[in-house]
Amino acid sequence: MTAVLSPLPGAATSAHAPALPVSFRGLRRTFGTGSAARTVLRDVTFDVAPGEVLAILGPSGCGKSTLLRATAGLDHPSAGSVVIEDTPVHGIDPRCAFAFQEPRLLPWHTLQANVAIGLPAGCSAREGKAKVARLLELVGLEHFAKHRPREVSGGMAQRASLARALARNPGVLLLDEPFGALDALTRIKMQDLLLEIHRAEPTTVLLVTHDVDEALQLADRIIVLGPDAAGEGASIARTVEVPGSRPRGRASAELALMRASLLETLGVDGH
Amino acid sequence: MGYPGEPKITGSSVADGRAAAAPATTADAAQAGAVPAPAPATGWSPAGVRTRNWARLPLGLIIPAALLAAWQAASASGLFTVVQLPPPAMVLAAAGELVDRGELGIHIAISTQRVLIGFLVGAALGLVLGAGVGLSKLADALLAPTIGALRAVPSLAWVPLLILWMKIGEDSKVTLIIIGAFFPVFTTVSLALRHVDRNLVEAARAFGLKGVRLLTTVQLPAVVPAVFSGLRLALAQAWLFLVAAELIASSMGLGFLLIDSQNNGRTDRLLLAIVMLAVIGKITDALLGLAEKWAVKRWA
Ligand SMILES: Nc1ncnc2c1ncn2[C@@H]1O[C@H](COP(=O)(O)OP(=O)(O)O)[C@@H](O)[C@H]1O
Ligand SMILES: [Mg+2]
Repeated sequence: MTAVLSPLPGAATSAHAPALPVSFRGLRRTFGTGSAARTVLRDVTFDVAPGEVLAILGPSGCGKSTLLRATAGLDHPSAGSVVIEDTPVHGIDPRCAFAFQEPRLLPWHTLQANVAIGLPAGCSAREGKAKVARLLELVGLEHFAKHRPREVSGGMAQRASLARALARNPGVLLLDEPFGALDALTRIKMQDLLLEIHRAEPTTVLLVTHDVDEALQLADRIIVLGPDAAGEGASIARTVEVPGSRPRGRASAELALMRASLLETLGVDGH
Repeated sequence: MGYPGEPKITGSSVADGRAAAAPATTADAAQAGAVPAPAPATGWSPAGVRTRNWARLPLGLIIPAALLAAWQAASASGLFTVVQLPPPAMVLAAAGELVDRGELGIHIAISTQRVLIGFLVGAALGLVLGAGVGLSKLADALLAPTIGALRAVPSLAWVPLLILWMKIGEDSKVTLIIIGAFFPVFTTVSLALRHVDRNLVEAARAFGLKGVRLLTTVQLPAVVPAVFSGLRLALAQAWLFLVAAELIASSMGLGFLLIDSQNNGRTDRLLLAIVMLAVIGKITDALLGLAEKWAVKRWA
């Protein structure tokens, strides 16, 4: 920590939402009705502590995105509920912010205007402007504020998408394979950036990833979603506490063992 | 620390981010090589685009000039009678005569007025109903079958009914043009809204946008290019229906000039009316094209 950004004027007044606890209670999601009904998630019950970074692993199509969408209120569970700090999620939840696998920026807006879309309701224009500028600087895009998404690289667009989510002061940050589409080098940089952001603003993070190494690098705890024997929807197959504090060495032997064991749970031979 | 959420960040990581960004930008620009003037990090070069437009103008005039020369040669060759093919000079003289009598201006003005009113009203209706059907499943279920059936009626089939109901006045003609302008806009807008990127809409909803704000922030900008292609089709349809309406029943306008000249054997005036339709049609389309260019640059 060599350089510390000084607070911008007006920044001190912007309330920083505290990290919020999330609990999933008997969550179930069935798509379709009648004979076409297909249960994707079943009996998903777990708690996330405030400020925890929780990684969610699981095979493609097992319902990881559905779980995050339910948390944000973009999707409604068929049974059970998601409770964020005592209040169940009902409709789009302003306490959550979402960053998707694709940047999903509005092509006709500048990066700056795209980030501003994340600002919470009731944020004054002056306050909002200062905050957007601060966030663009945080993700290293201050020189690209006036650019359109198609004028920047995929990694830069993804950083803008992250800044948009952070603009919300989220109590819960939902990341759905946010680095999955990036090249290996950019991905590592983004992971480091996420850790720095979390150190500065320790919010609760639910990170969906298909990358076991990414989960081991970033998370306090990993849950693995997987179908049960009956094949009736995915549930929590395994929970793993990741030892050691971040940043973790990428070459640690302990993590290598854990990696092999997680890959085995996912049905891949780790050796 | 200033306040609880104050971010701290090492200088090196910001620099890393930028170092990674720079080559990627260039790569993206190279990928987009087909797009004119993709200057990385600075965007478009309006100057370059403008020079190319000026270079295009004389090129576009070559064929009209050749046509004019061929017309002149054919009419001078003696192969055609003056009634069959009057020389360009005669058409010009006819124009001069009509201008002197103050008639050409009136024909042009009344035709343009009919097209503009019909186009504006038809396009506005098409936008509103197209937006309703494109955004709301209820409106779609309610309106789409009826509108589809109405569209299946060849538009000229309305003429007798319109004349019966509204007499041979402005109303019947403008209504026919409204019908002509409505469908292209309605169809393109409703289809385009249905195909707006769902991911983009979901992202906007996740950040609390809904209703009118969602419409104006995401859905409408996303369909701007489609709206303009619908508008340009509608404008062409409006001119088509104008001539149809004026040919059938009118006492003024370029369509009237066509039919009146045919009845009087004035081929020079007939050709004049056709040239005027070409020129004014092209001008209105070019104006719309300018608006489109501006809008697409702004929104797409
Ligand atoms: N709106 C929907 N309607 C029907 N099926 C859906 C819908 N959304 C997701 N699904 C299905 O639910 C399953 C889980 O999807 P998703 O949560 O996106 O998986 P993951 O993110 O783990 O890859 C998939 O098989 C998908 O086809
Ligand atoms: Mg997914």
